[in-house]
Amino acid sequence: MYTYTDFDEAFVRSRVAQFRGQVERRIDGSLTEDEFKPLRLMNGLYLQLHAYMLRVAVPYGTLNPAQMRQLAYIADRWDKGYGHFTTRQNIQYNWPKLQDVPDMLDALADVGMHAIQTSGNTIRNVTADHFAGAAADEIEDPRPVAELLRQWSTDHPEFQFLPRKFKIAVTGAAHDRAVTKAHDIGLRMMRNDAGEPGFEVIVGGGLGRTPMVGKVLRSFLPKAELLPYCEAIVSVYNLLGRRDNKYKARIKITVHENGLEKIQELVEARFDTIRAGFSGHDQELLAQIEAAFAPPSFARKATDGYEAARLANPAFRSWTDTNLAQHKADGYAIVSISIKKHGATPGDATSDQMRVMADLAEQYGHGELRISHEQNVILPHVHKSDLAKVYAALRQADLATANIGLASDIIACPGMDYCALATARSIPIAQEIATRFDELKIEHEIGQLKIKISGCINACGHHHVGHIGILGLDRAGVENYQITLGGDGTETTTIGERAGPGFSAEEIVPAIERLVTGYLGLRRDADETFLQTYRRLGMEPFKAILYPSEEKANAA
Amino acid sequence: MAKSFTPKVVTANALLEGDAVWLTEANTWTRDIREAELMTDEAHADLRLLEAQARADEIAGAYLADATSGASGPEPTHFRETFRTRGPSNYAHGKQAELS
Repeated sequence: MYTYTDFDEAFVRSRVAQFRGQVERRIDGSLTEDEFKPLRLMNGLYLQLHAYMLRVAVPYGTLNPAQMRQLAYIADRWDKGYGHFTTRQNIQYNWPKLQDVPDMLDALADVGMHAIQTSGNTIRNVTADHFAGAAADEIEDPRPVAELLRQWSTDHPEFQFLPRKFKIAVTGAAHDRAVTKAHDIGLRMMRNDAGEPGFEVIVGGGLGRTPMVGKVLRSFLPKAELLPYCEAIVSVYNLLGRRDNKYKARIKITVHENGLEKIQELVEARFDTIRAGFSGHDQELLAQIEAAFAPPSFARKATDGYEAARLANPAFRSWTDTNLAQHKADGYAIVSISIKKHGATPGDATSDQMRVMADLAEQYGHGELRISHEQNVILPHVHKSDLAKVYAALRQADLATANIGLASDIIACPGMDYCALATARSIPIAQEIATRFDELKIEHEIGQLKIKISGCINACGHHHVGHIGILGLDRAGVENYQITLGGDGTETTTIGERAGPGFSAEEIVPAIERLVTGYLGLRRDADETFLQTYRRLGMEPFKAILYPSEEKANAA
Repeated sequence: MAKSFTPKVVTANALLEGDAVWLTEANTWTRDIREAELMTDEAHADLRLLEAQARADEIAGAYLADATSGASGPEPTHFRETFRTRGPSNYAHGKQAELS
């Protein structure tokens, strides 16, 4: 894992000191809120419905045990003993007090973390495949490139006042787990015919009020040209992007309004101008970063105990069936720890749970943890002979829910329980859906199903790319929930289609239940997933299930 | 025709804690909406908002929120404002815990 250099350390400390002064001037009244707001946002501090919220960057979702323990310490010392993992692989604290925030940032700096550029119109935390460095289907670990992008984008003088926020995601695998096609820039690692590594560069994807699937700007970019090429893209956007209307300011609109060809011409021209300035220092730096991300020395030992434990313990077997993914090293597995216990808040972990996960990573996981955009925590490198011990410890900590990828593994934004922008609540809907499917005991029968809930059109809950998406709105002063179907956030990214009129808070959970049990009657066989069935049959049969009375009215 | 004015309270977030506060007739900030000043005159409400916004070292983000006269004082009319009087629905945190 990358550890801070003296330069990183000094930079982060100086930002904390600067922000400490700004907070003092805000508290003594010498800064107004209008003056202070852009300063606090640059340091990840929001003012929400009930309190401030501090968003801490987890670069490309990677944490070491000391960092996870420090996140737990911060939760206990200055918050309410828990943290919320987000869809951008960050962690949010919901209850900090303004005067404590500089101390929280200092505590983060102690473990090489910060909240810089987790808000504002800048390049945000670079996200990556949460199985990076471990996945069996990976070309290369995408994190060195993500770290290079982090260093380049942090405090980049040209890009501190972009037209709007800017999000970059990187994946090193063919199967896209990083939702790259819904980012301002998506980078998919691939090899050319000569076998050299490079990227397919996708631009202009995004969710929000105008969802768009990203378009391929360059089908193959040699790896060494990544930084100047990304700089060219952001530079073109910085000049061309609209500043007259914040709803039309994201690069997806710039691409849409100007056309992909014009953007291509401008980016290539800008790239030609600036590439000479990148005289290889970036590649030297990348080589150093890559060395820091060298894979751990994987153990070679027997896995017999694992199979025996599976046979002996059905609960363990069920958990291994859902929560493990294939690792590139023999004898290893990738463990997804579900932060989605039925009825609990998606993505919330207590400080005790954070410490347990840190301990497990240290004891059994080569000291690595990941946060997924699906709001779960990953132990990327666990030897199969240790899985039974890991499972037992997770069970003790109430972290052993066997539901990864199933109906109750729901993404939900904080919604109107916390967020000042929300138009309806998300969390209680997620809690009720998960509780209901647990009562019915059918989620294993249902199989792979992604339900994603956003509490407003900004779509932090990724509802557009949920197989079932739920969007909470305010309809004449009442919470109302719209359903979209057929969304997909992988390499075959699709924006879901709206099913019809919305449902009230009381009607939405029964509607989802109807939809999912109805799917069981529509699928060809047990192997056909909800999404596959939807793609085969289209909206109509699902609409008939969702709105049965209308069907009757039409037939009459 | 101009939209008729509906009764309002001045509300904001406290500067240090960031939680919801309401302006009282006595020019103090209260954490209980029932103690807030309910204003039925638009010009008066606008003036009170200006006065509230000037108090930069006490609060942030002051605005006028719809409210109605209840049995024991002003009550919110929109669910968002109701949530602000209580706190989140997933944990007993915020005002629902602090005020009881």
